[in-house]
Amino acid sequence: MTMTHETTGVLGTRMLRKEDPALLTGEARFTADLAIPGALHLAVIRSPYARARIVSVDTSAARAHAGVRAAYSGADLADLWAGPMPCAWPVTADMKNPAHLPLAVSQANYVGDGVACVIAETAEAARDAAELVDVVYEPLEAVIDLEDAVSDRVVIHDEIGTNKSYTWDLKVEEQEGDVDAAFAAATYTVKERYIQQRLIPAAMEPRAIVAVPQPFGGDMTLYSATQIPHILKVMVALTLGIPEHQMRVIAPSVGGGFGSKLNVYAEELLCVALARKHNLPVRWTETRSEGCQATIHGRGQIQDIELAADANGRLTAVRVRLIGDMGAYLQLVTPGVPLLGAFLYAGVYELPKAYDFSCTSVFTNMTPTDAYRGAGRPEATYAIERAMDSLAATIGIDPLELRRRNFIPTDKYPYEAFTGLVYDSGNHDGAATLAAELVGYDAIRAQQKTQNVDGAKRRLGIGVSTYFEMCGLAPSRVLASLNYGAGGWEAATVRVLPTNKIQVVTGASPHGQGHETAWSMIVADKLGVAPEDVDVLHSDTAISPLGLDTYGSRSLAVGGVAIAMACDKVIDKAREIAAHQLEANPDDLEFAGGAFTVAGSPDRSMPLAAIAFEAFTAHNLPDGLEPNLEAHTTYDPPNFSWPFGTHMCVVEVDVETGEIEVLKYVAVDDCGNQVNPLIVDGQVHGGIIQGLAQALFEEAVFDSDGNLRTSTLADYLVPAASDVPSIVTGHTVTPSPTNQLGVKGVGEAGTIASTPAVINAVVDALSGLGVRNMPMPASPNTVWSVINAAQGGSQ
Amino acid sequence: MEISITINGKAVSADVEPRTLLVQFIRETAGLTGTNIGCDTSSCGACSIHLDGEAVKSCTILAAQADGGSVTTIEGLASADGTLHPMQQAFMENHGLQCGYCTPGMVMAATSLLNDIPNPSEEDVRIGLEGNLCRCTGYHNIVQAVLACANK
Ligand code: FES
Ligand code: FES
Repeated sequence: MTMTHETTGVLGTRMLRKEDPALLTGEARFTADLAIPGALHLAVIRSPYARARIVSVDTSAARAHAGVRAAYSGADLADLWAGPMPCAWPVTADMKNPAHLPLAVSQANYVGDGVACVIAETAEAARDAAELVDVVYEPLEAVIDLEDAVSDRVVIHDEIGTNKSYTWDLKVEEQEGDVDAAFAAATYTVKERYIQQRLIPAAMEPRAIVAVPQPFGGDMTLYSATQIPHILKVMVALTLGIPEHQMRVIAPSVGGGFGSKLNVYAEELLCVALARKHNLPVRWTETRSEGCQATIHGRGQIQDIELAADANGRLTAVRVRLIGDMGAYLQLVTPGVPLLGAFLYAGVYELPKAYDFSCTSVFTNMTPTDAYRGAGRPEATYAIERAMDSLAATIGIDPLELRRRNFIPTDKYPYEAFTGLVYDSGNHDGAATLAAELVGYDAIRAQQKTQNVDGAKRRLGIGVSTYFEMCGLAPSRVLASLNYGAGGWEAATVRVLPTNKIQVVTGASPHGQGHETAWSMIVADKLGVAPEDVDVLHSDTAISPLGLDTYGSRSLAVGGVAIAMACDKVIDKAREIAAHQLEANPDDLEFAGGAFTVAGSPDRSMPLAAIAFEAFTAHNLPDGLEPNLEAHTTYDPPNFSWPFGTHMCVVEVDVETGEIEVLKYVAVDDCGNQVNPLIVDGQVHGGIIQGLAQALFEEAVFDSDGNLRTSTLADYLVPAASDVPSIVTGHTVTPSPTNQLGVKGVGEAGTIASTPAVINAVVDALSGLGVRNMPMPASPNTVWSVINAAQGGSQ
Repeated sequence: MEISITINGKAVSADVEPRTLLVQFIRETAGLTGTNIGCDTSSCGACSIHLDGEAVKSCTILAAQADGGSVTTIEGLASADGTLHPMQQAFMENHGLQCGYCTPGMVMAATSLLNDIPNPSEEDVRIGLEGNLCRCTGYHNIVQAVLACANK
């Protein structure tokens, strides 16, 4: 069912991944696998209280424990920090950002906040000694509820005087008052509240860190299970006052991230600072329970959304009010997450300039939140896609029909949206039509009529969601307008070695995405070499000094395109050498199949291999041309990329037990041209299950005192194979016109689309019982109570 | 206490603390780091290995309990000549791994599953692997890989 585009050679094929043999045999090395002789082990003592004054910290017993090298309170180490932990996204000029140190000094602000640490010769000794650190706390009232936080009834951080970090508005009107007028004139309006529960990213590899100093050389190497070695290098250098050129960060094999490793963490700073202080390597590997508490959480929003529509169901205005849960502190991009969604609350629909968005983000006494797969965009898509179903129910038309009436028409692309952003390309009707065909939409609607009758025990539902991904972060100037602290470019080097083997250096930092394979395919296609002859170097700031790493589905649309551009530069230089050697005009040379040929004279040709060797010996190069065949590019994309699609989910709900069975899941995603459809489908599958997990299983549950009730994988329900369905994937291909590969991102699409598709299906199944909404996760208990309440508690 | 465990055909002896877990013995004493640790509640299966032919989570047993036993880890699965085990090959061909962190445990659990049920249904595979978590793949391609391996 996949519609594919024409390609030549390897590009667009389901080439098997180069990464796999090492990962399949245990040869790959994750950070915790690295053997570093003489390394000390760090253990962190964490607050058991969600909010408490630190009265005293006594480390004497810990220091006396066998094998312990040192033990420190937060106050002991306060001098080591040149600055507080970094937040790179001050979204407003007056954003409040309480100082956040790697170890708290006077007050702990969430359960898991580090207050002291131990370094010892073995991990066991460090852990045992950590138990001996005596911290006296004075527990303070904790703030857990978001609306309570807004009220400032209890202010968490005295020094900023409020729990509100910022309020960020995006109001777009042709004329002042348009939004209010549209609501007043609307034939239909809906107003809904949705809760984005907190989620734990739960990458399967826990975080792990080793800091290795070179006391005499002055350099510091930090190995970390991170998505962002380049950004981390800059941030660690700044926070610890280490000259940046002496700081090297290496991300070995990294076992998944989903945003949770897109950060600068206290333990990274502690390992580096203590390695410097003690002139010895220091390492730390998180336990899962620690990770659940002290690695960032995702989502955590209250969303109030209102839609106004005319008599045909066409949207005339959208109003959104958010409360964002920042958690106890601002981590690297915490405050920016709601902003990434701010542009997407009208989904893939035409909306006049009548949009009113406002987000107030608050501190709470819970684990800091930050970007989690999709970051803002799943939240926005959930709200609009749920609200569209609510609008369809209000009007009394089919939800798919309502969407079709509102889709941005294909012939209006590139489409300037109400926000001023330009959507690159789209074909929403095409994706929806294919999805409806694959799922058998009409047949299911027909079956519902016979199945969902009064007294039916198992009710059938189908849920639709359509989406934009808005990814490939991003044009640097757009990021600047949002106050983001860095650019959105990516760097690439393509180096043709003397023997015509290719080294590619990328600033992207893969952790499961298959960049080594995909980048090899791009180079193979460009240069006419075999993918096996390409080696991709990454994730080591000494080898790839420039880069902005992997997040926001940016790697292919920015980093991959940079590689194609670097290949073009290589070809340009090779052309000059070939022209010189063949005594031809460079413009008369055609490059195909890895060789330059003089147009019209097939016998006058020179393969890249020969050119590479000439470039290396430099015996006979054109005057003024530098030896060697290598090119570097930094690419700043002119636009975001706008992947889109339609997902449909079919469920049966047992109204007596509240159990949900997913019968079928269909995903039609359009990410433009596909470099490797095998990898695209893998990204889609994984994303869908993560989004489905939000819908049905996962929630980071805190009690009213701020204790995390789901701090292990036994309590936090990451779904297993037996909990989830198979997935039918289909694709339409609408190339992006903004880059030469015609590609878009695909890393977050599944997560963005699936949560509303699943909940829409559940609500659809139960609509005959008066159910209009469903809190997440829709556990059997929750579903049962919602049905019961809808039936007036009489069932 | 002094124990000896045969790992991938080679005897490994060491003096270990009674609290040493089998997974620690494999990773730290034998230096075989292909077996991963993903949790502290026996929930994730990243540490799955074969002990005397059965898949077990090596974080759930003490090294001492495996004294005298025979362990196969992911490093022992491919042939000496470098040919991947059919299950490893099937994972590769079906894109059953992304980050690869769950993969060693998943592959060990899957080979054991086929020992018990040579011709599993999709449901058999999904239930058989329910003790192994993967955050990347959504399981779809893992299930396809196991079914493909069974059908070879
Ligand atoms: S490490 Fe998770 S089950 Fe063993
Ligand atoms: S491949 Fe990453 S956890 Fe399974």
